[in-house]
Amino acid sequence: MALVKDINCREAVRLIGDYLEGRLPRRERRRLERHLAGCDACSAYLAQMRATIALTGHVGPEDLSQKALDDLMDVFDRFQSDDDGTNGMA
Amino acid sequence: MDDEELLARFLGGDRDAFRTLVLRYQTVLVQIARYYVNSTATAEDVAQDTWIAVLKGAERFEGRASFKTWLFRIVANRARSTGTREKRQIPVDPTDPVAGDRFNVEGMWKEPPASFADLLADNQANAQLAAAVRAAIVELPDIQRSVVTLRDVEGLSTSEVASLLDLSEANARVILHRARAHIRELLERVAKGDR
Repeated sequence: MALVKDINCREAVRLIGDYLEGRLPRRERRRLERHLAGCDACSAYLAQMRATIALTGHVGPEDLSQKALDDLMDVFDRFQSDDDGTNGMA
Repeated sequence: MDDEELLARFLGGDRDAFRTLVLRYQTVLVQIARYYVNSTATAEDVAQDTWIAVLKGAERFEGRASFKTWLFRIVANRARSTGTREKRQIPVDPTDPVAGDRFNVEGMWKEPPASFADLLADNQANAQLAAAVRAAIVELPDIQRSVVTLRDVEGLSTSEVASLLDLSEANARVILHRARAHIRELLERVAKGDR
């Protein structure tokens, strides 16, 4: 059944990282895609990775502590009071 | 309101516009700076100096990159020149993105990965998954956390991430895959009801 050139699941999983970034060389990409076509488990892994990326894209930045926010707002207020508000936009 | 408009507003004295951008970016700025300096306190100083430089007009936004890319470059450059940390050697992580014991001797999955499809379709579970993702990111080693935050949370390209963190692109991709695989593993536990 399996040709010598075929990859196993463990190897497929290693290739999926670069595959998701669109950086897998063509030959490797073909080997991976051939493996995926016949392997439900690796296809499920790829779907999980895509879902993971999508979810990570929706979490937003980590929460900032109130103190850190207050400190930066103080910086802004001090700056506004010593400055006439000249703008730094080019 | 987009970042560029918020920038224009806060430079004109709008406090709320400044607050919004700080809430959006301060934790990431500290994370980028922390990568180059040897303490969180120093990283926070570098991040604060970055905002001051923007407020004073010492750094001017000219629209050649997105606001966030421009801001992240400023903090990375400032942190690099602060240079309190020895040059990091990032070894290529030889471990597989998925634990070896998930495969049999032929390298096939012993038990196939669980599907997330049902969970993703369920709004209540989605909130649980988002919490799991956040927890997983916090648990990651620093370098993985920085790479996945910049790439997947902030949406920068891998080449931008590599350049901000002084990594080769190939290395950045390996680190990114480790980080994503770790988050995936945690989500799989949630999907199976283990966490």
